[in-house]
Amino acid sequence: MNGARTLPFAIFRHVVLAAGAVVMIAPFIWLLSLAVKPADEIFTTDIRLLPIRWDAERNFTEAFSKVPLHRYLLNGVIVTAAIFFLQVLVALPAAYALAKLRFGLSRPLFALVLLGLLIPGHVPAIPHYIMLSSAGLLNSYAALVLPSIISVFGIFWIRQFFRTVPDDLIHAARLDGLSEFSIVWRIMLPAAIPALTAFGILSVVFHWNEYFWPLLVVTSPDMATPALGTVYLRNTEAGTDYGPLMAGTAIITAPLVIAFLLAQRRFIEGMTLTGLKG
Amino acid sequence: MTATTLSLPVERTRRPSQSRAEAVAAYVLSAPAIICLFGILLLPTLATFVLSFTDWQFGAPTLRWIGLDNYVHLAGDRVFWKSLTNTVVYVAVVVPCSVLLGLGAALLIEAGTSGRAFYRAAFFLPVTATLIAMATVWEIMLHPSIGLINVLIEALGFSKQNWLKDPELALFALAGIGIWQALGLNMVLLLAGLKSIPRDLYEAAAIDGADGPWTRFVTVTLPMLGPALSFVLIISAIRSFQVFDTVAVLTEGGPNKATEVLLYTMYQEGFGFFRAGYGAAITVVFLVFVLLLTLIKARLAEKRVHYS
Repeated sequence: MNGARTLPFAIFRHVVLAAGAVVMIAPFIWLLSLAVKPADEIFTTDIRLLPIRWDAERNFTEAFSKVPLHRYLLNGVIVTAAIFFLQVLVALPAAYALAKLRFGLSRPLFALVLLGLLIPGHVPAIPHYIMLSSAGLLNSYAALVLPSIISVFGIFWIRQFFRTVPDDLIHAARLDGLSEFSIVWRIMLPAAIPALTAFGILSVVFHWNEYFWPLLVVTSPDMATPALGTVYLRNTEAGTDYGPLMAGTAIITAPLVIAFLLAQRRFIEGMTLTGLKG
Repeated sequence: MTATTLSLPVERTRRPSQSRAEAVAAYVLSAPAIICLFGILLLPTLATFVLSFTDWQFGAPTLRWIGLDNYVHLAGDRVFWKSLTNTVVYVAVVVPCSVLLGLGAALLIEAGTSGRAFYRAAFFLPVTATLIAMATVWEIMLHPSIGLINVLIEALGFSKQNWLKDPELALFALAGIGIWQALGLNMVLLLAGLKSIPRDLYEAAAIDGADGPWTRFVTVTLPMLGPALSFVLIISAIRSFQVFDTVAVLTEGGPNKATEVLLYTMYQEGFGFFRAGYGAAITVVFLVFVLLLTLIKARLAEKRVHYS
């Protein structure tokens, strides 16, 4: 492609890509624009990026007073952190065993992990709902977290990573008298940080944005996760006052978007794992 | 790798107690994963299959084994067929569009050096954003009278459309949002594919007289990108097959079932009407489709390894 760097082509490239970028970013720009406009400037056919009269303060305070936005964000942090923590707690030792230890059920277990990779999260949803409901756990953090604590993709991904860790490292640790348990948490965990970062981004983004499952198990606003929270906020709106709705939507979208803008490379790395996960 | 497989048996013959200890440790370490794997994933999936052969409803004290009745019922259910057709149409629109646009973006970004990081970030941004929240923004942009899109369309001389309420348009409006969301991931995966094409292939092609951009694209880029491209096609098919969020929030399957999709029908039957058995049967159909796509993907992934 080296010959293509002529001036007309360079211009063509930038024009097309910039036009595409505008379309891709437009909803975000429009979101911010509406979030700071008063109602009468939203209900107009004039296209104006910045408002004539700024109404950001009212929109944002309204958004916070209509629904417990801070609660949604807090729930989002609690749920995504708990899920990721438990996923690692379950997956890391198993991944180590599968990658580095010899045991009879190693192959069948790995086959089951691969089988698990084929099953989309929606498939066991009805039995999960029944189990949580009969345990009286609906509308709780447990309901939001428990179905996700096993990530077969996490086991698979960390196992693949562990296979690249030299055996000498483990032998040396054993000679130093470390138990297998300490090897997992004191040697393998630090070694796995790059793999865990990518997996963590995937896991957090997925569960922050997840709508299907919270919609099923959450029945009161104080348990809502961010994605579900935007819908509660929408429902307080009878299609008249878009300003606060957009302000709230901006707040809920902001954490991931800002995190992405700050750590693009890592984010792209993490999110491309969805390709493997399917 | 070969070194370890050779050295381990030697060690083992020397110290049999150590290998037993190793196996015990392995079982202890993988026990939580084994329990969760069965308890959370495999057995509940099996339970979904079993439920699909019963007439169970949420909260009902009893359930009856009704064999294939749910599936027979599905076969005669017009909403189900509408839902399946809509899902397939949605996939058939989103996959080619998001892959072609993703490919176009990847090629153009790779073709020059300036602005790469900016364009990549701009196209990728929707992948990380909360779709359910951005759906609300799209709804306002698609608003029949004040929506940005209608205003722009009118300025260009076309007539305004009620995108989400028009049965002819609603599914395609949702597909548009789907394309917007999926494009960036496809682009990034294809960029990785493009980067792995050896530079000297282009030089070799140039020596053979293939020096126009189009000839180069057809003789080198496309064949070398083939495996990555088919991989991206399948994963975006699997992902778009799971469309739910935009439907649930923007159209609720309407107008007049025009945007009813498989997961939404499953949600309504299972959790709206509490027909767990029937919902389970829809889930099984959903799983079968996703499995088919995944098996194709597994085949392609093998091929991909051979190529690289």
